[in-house]
Amino acid sequence: MNAKSSAVALFSLLPMLAGPAVSQGFAGLGTDAEGFSRPSLGTDLSFPKDHGAHPDFRIEWWYLTANLSASDGRDYGIQWTLFRSAVAPETGTPTEGWQSPQIWMGHAGLTTPDAHFSAERLARGGIGQAGVLAAPFEAWIDDWRMAATGDGADEFDALSLTASGPDFSYDLTLTATGPLVPHGDAGYSVKSPQGQASYYYSQPFYEIAGHLSLPDGDVEVTGHGWLDREWSSQPLSETQDGWDWISLHFDGGAKLMGFRLRDREGAPFTSATWIDPDGTPTPYGNGALTLTPLEETETSAATVPTVWQVEMPGRDLDVRLEAINPQAWMATSFPYWEGPVRVTGSHPGRGYLEMTGYGD
Amino acid sequence: MRRAALAALLSHWRRQPLQLFTLLAGLALATALWSAVQAINGEARRSYDSAAATLGISGYASLTDPAGPIPIATYAALRRGGWTVTPVVEGRVLRGEIRLNVVGVEPLTAPDGLLPVGLGSETGAAPLDVLRPPGLGFVAPETADDLAGIADLPRLITDPAIPPGRMFTDVGTADALLGKAGTIDRLLILPDQPANRPPLETLAPGLTEVPPQDQGDIARLTDSFHLNLTAFGLLSFAVGLFIVHGAIGLAFEQRRPMFRTLRALGLPARTLLGLLLGEVMLLALLAGGIGIGLGYLIAGALLPDVAATLRGLYGAQVRGVLAFDPLWALAGLGIAQLGALIAAAHGLETVRRMPLLASAQPRAWATVSARALRRQALAGAALVAAGVAVALLADGLIAGFALLGGLLLGAALILPRLLAAALGLGARLARGPLAQWFWADTRQQLPGLSLALMSLMLALATNIGVSTMVSSFRLTFTGWLDQRLVSDLYVTARSEEDARALRAWLAPRSDAVLPIWKVDTPLQGAPGEVYGIVDHRVYRDLWPLLNATPDTWPAVYENRGALVNEQLARREDLSPGDTLSLGGGWEMPVAGVYSDYGNPIGQAVVGLPALLDRHPDVSKLRYGILTSDPTTLRRALVEDYGLPEANLIDHGRLKATSLQIFERTFTVTGALNVLTLSVAGFAILTALLTLSTMRLPQLAPIWALGLTRRRLARLEILRTLALAALTFVVALPVGLLLAWCLLAVVNVEAFGWRLPMFVFPLQWAALLGLSLVAAAIAAALPTRKLASTAPSQFLKVFADER
Repeated sequence: MNAKSSAVALFSLLPMLAGPAVSQGFAGLGTDAEGFSRPSLGTDLSFPKDHGAHPDFRIEWWYLTANLSASDGRDYGIQWTLFRSAVAPETGTPTEGWQSPQIWMGHAGLTTPDAHFSAERLARGGIGQAGVLAAPFEAWIDDWRMAATGDGADEFDALSLTASGPDFSYDLTLTATGPLVPHGDAGYSVKSPQGQASYYYSQPFYEIAGHLSLPDGDVEVTGHGWLDREWSSQPLSETQDGWDWISLHFDGGAKLMGFRLRDREGAPFTSATWIDPDGTPTPYGNGALTLTPLEETETSAATVPTVWQVEMPGRDLDVRLEAINPQAWMATSFPYWEGPVRVTGSHPGRGYLEMTGYGD
Repeated sequence: MRRAALAALLSHWRRQPLQLFTLLAGLALATALWSAVQAINGEARRSYDSAAATLGISGYASLTDPAGPIPIATYAALRRGGWTVTPVVEGRVLRGEIRLNVVGVEPLTAPDGLLPVGLGSETGAAPLDVLRPPGLGFVAPETADDLAGIADLPRLITDPAIPPGRMFTDVGTADALLGKAGTIDRLLILPDQPANRPPLETLAPGLTEVPPQDQGDIARLTDSFHLNLTAFGLLSFAVGLFIVHGAIGLAFEQRRPMFRTLRALGLPARTLLGLLLGEVMLLALLAGGIGIGLGYLIAGALLPDVAATLRGLYGAQVRGVLAFDPLWALAGLGIAQLGALIAAAHGLETVRRMPLLASAQPRAWATVSARALRRQALAGAALVAAGVAVALLADGLIAGFALLGGLLLGAALILPRLLAAALGLGARLARGPLAQWFWADTRQQLPGLSLALMSLMLALATNIGVSTMVSSFRLTFTGWLDQRLVSDLYVTARSEEDARALRAWLAPRSDAVLPIWKVDTPLQGAPGEVYGIVDHRVYRDLWPLLNATPDTWPAVYENRGALVNEQLARREDLSPGDTLSLGGGWEMPVAGVYSDYGNPIGQAVVGLPALLDRHPDVSKLRYGILTSDPTTLRRALVEDYGLPEANLIDHGRLKATSLQIFERTFTVTGALNVLTLSVAGFAILTALLTLSTMRLPQLAPIWALGLTRRRLARLEILRTLALAALTFVVALPVGLLLAWCLLAVVNVEAFGWRLPMFVFPLQWAALLGLSLVAAAIAAALPTRKLASTAPSQFLKVFADER
């Protein structure tokens, strides 16, 4: 194992992406977790401060997904993610220089109906190669960048977004048409019956325009985007070995966030937020949402369900999700599936699906 | 019927275990040597591939600031601008008695090949510990021993691939150890930069790009080394096949009565042939399996030396451990099958054509007529001629190998005829009946021994050829190192001002400061480089010229002539007096040609004033220093003058290491030499054993005439020695011719330069001694048998009706 794997091991500890072997394997980190802050119920989110980094928490991300289409109706999906992970807790003024305990990782994905591109960047904190500033908002790693353009009341209201890989790049502008939406209990999102939790809010109302560069040429696109913000210090519970997450834009204007944490030894733990077209969230606890795999696809690295049935009886929701490209496997240091889906059934629309813990 | 026939056929081996052993051992040895060479070459090639893919630090182009260290902010700015660069900090730190050379890399952005391996469960270090205080330091095991118990160091992890005295660690750990205060010494530019990145001047105006150190130079020399190994493998295999051919042929001859009986009982010839073929393939499978195991062991034993060579010379991280490749094993089994079939072809063909009621009398290596010998010699001569013709008519490596193959096989085929002639001469010169009998009887045995002697000839010729090539290579390489590394220390100044200061500082402290200034410029229209040299005796004394006139050096120093390297001279057909075009309308007569092994591009050397006249803006940063005490000067340069370690190369030490490593390379060749010779010795033993069982009828009358068994035995030994010595006499010119082929044809075809040939008569004497010893050992067993044969056995010859 070389030193680069350290980043892999490090980031596999991210709760959303943790596999069981990893979360138990590095016992040293379990003790470290005690030095980190933990999410607590009843803490108010405060903006723009919380758009920035929380170095006293172990892990954090800025996670944007978007369903886009070209003028010819062809579907595209993009992903832009910046992960932060701390090797050691950091309170007070962040450490400058090589000694900073922060590590950053960027993932970019671009999915077309018949191709999937992905790229990854790693950087250490404290030296300016990667980081996040709350106001004016800017998140970057190398030349990948998500930054406020200065319009709108909130720093997140208008953003520019760029990323590139060896064979693709994109350059997009994002304009929010609705408010920020907290998940769970005013942003306190519970992840397991044992009480593991994170702070979690979203900006799901982006209108997007811009262009994609692909090996076949440039494409002008428009569509909807969804930005997730989440930070925590607690890994999944020991028996949770993966995660299926969805963010759906329904044609009627409403939106749905839902996830299912798979448990080796028991029923999965689910959670959901129904978002009205005006941005009013309704949180749903464990059991309200059911996610049922219908069909599986063999990807380059793992067999994953790419057709799902999503039901929420409380909302009369019964839809079928179908991956636009079932081969949207992210061949990054820690691999997972992330790609756009078509939604049909009681509430047609489009959305994004993320599945972790299926590979090794 | 088939089962019974097979059982009958196989019963032969049960009754003749020694023959079975000979057959298996011969084939296994042949397969082992061939497979070992393949495994070593394969492993080395994998290393080259991975070395090409994962260059060491010096293999990357880099950015440096001539004014000093680079701030972290510049690094971040470059990254944010899209440049994929990764930082390196380096320096020396004193810990106890140890001067530790610390290299810090950034694990998150460094390419995989740059990072040390060695993190694993057995070390108990988690990957994250690299980034967490106190950090991890990767060092050679001996360095770890030296550093044991010393405080204020990161936790040490040993990795034998790291050169002693050096520590690889995280950039942050190195920063703290070296007190760099957040500065970077250089930024490596990774391959695959984005096409539309902003120019360097916009992002980091102070930095200059330094091209990667050329790693191709010496690596090309290894091609010659592998060629040598491959030739060895092939010849060992051929020699091994002679043994197998002998053993299988004997087994077929001895089973003639059995074949006849089986056929008479109704076994169709086709079935018999099929069974024999199956038997051969079965034996080949068994021998091949043993051979692969043996080959793996041999390769595993030799590989560390090869790996050390590659690591030391080229800085490539080479695994000293052999990876087992199933494809390789399969190829080994295949070659064993192929070899066994080739060796058995003659026997199988005889069985196919054998009449049903053929005589069951063993022909026992039927006497070969003079006509047959002549025919064989003619075929040999034709082979040699064909090889020469191919080499003359065609170009390229294949032609070179055709010449080699034709020469060796042809010479082997001619050998028996030459030996017969020599023995005939001996017989004519013999005085007295015993001497006459000795020569006549030796000649009579020649057909039975000729295969073994041919294999001995091949082994000896290869030995002479390859060791001549290796020794010539060593002499040339030593000379080449002297030529290239005339100076004791090499320094690179940080800037032109620094260079001026450095020259002034060095002037009273060294014997001479030789500028190494060069420009890249087209030579005869192709990419090349021109160096300027000052008038100093070291060049005159040490540069070996391939083509020179008395006026060569004066011409260079008086700026009216240029030296060119061999590659350029060969490619452009240049010799002294011709006009060389040095780009930009600059022309100069060629004054001489020097050897420049391994360099792929053309090079010219002119007097420094001539270079400055044409290229006044040439970079004046590099210097070679002549000094009687490089160690002290080196330390003073770093500690008193303040030159960074990275700007200093101690070529004296490099040269010593290179030579030491080459000596280790030669031990590999030596080991293979001994192995090949053993195979040949084994072939002689097999042949003599075979003959000894049949020779009783020929010896009994001599014994009856009053010659004691002891005397007979001595004569037998003498006979074998005489044959071995005669074979050596033939092998010597063949071996020298082979060496000449390797040096003057194959090398030129393969690399564009010719190694001069040197001869080493002492080596020949040693080899003659060795071959005589091998022959004596091979003859000892049958002779002992003869000396202890009961007189009654001799008498029986007369009693039995033969």
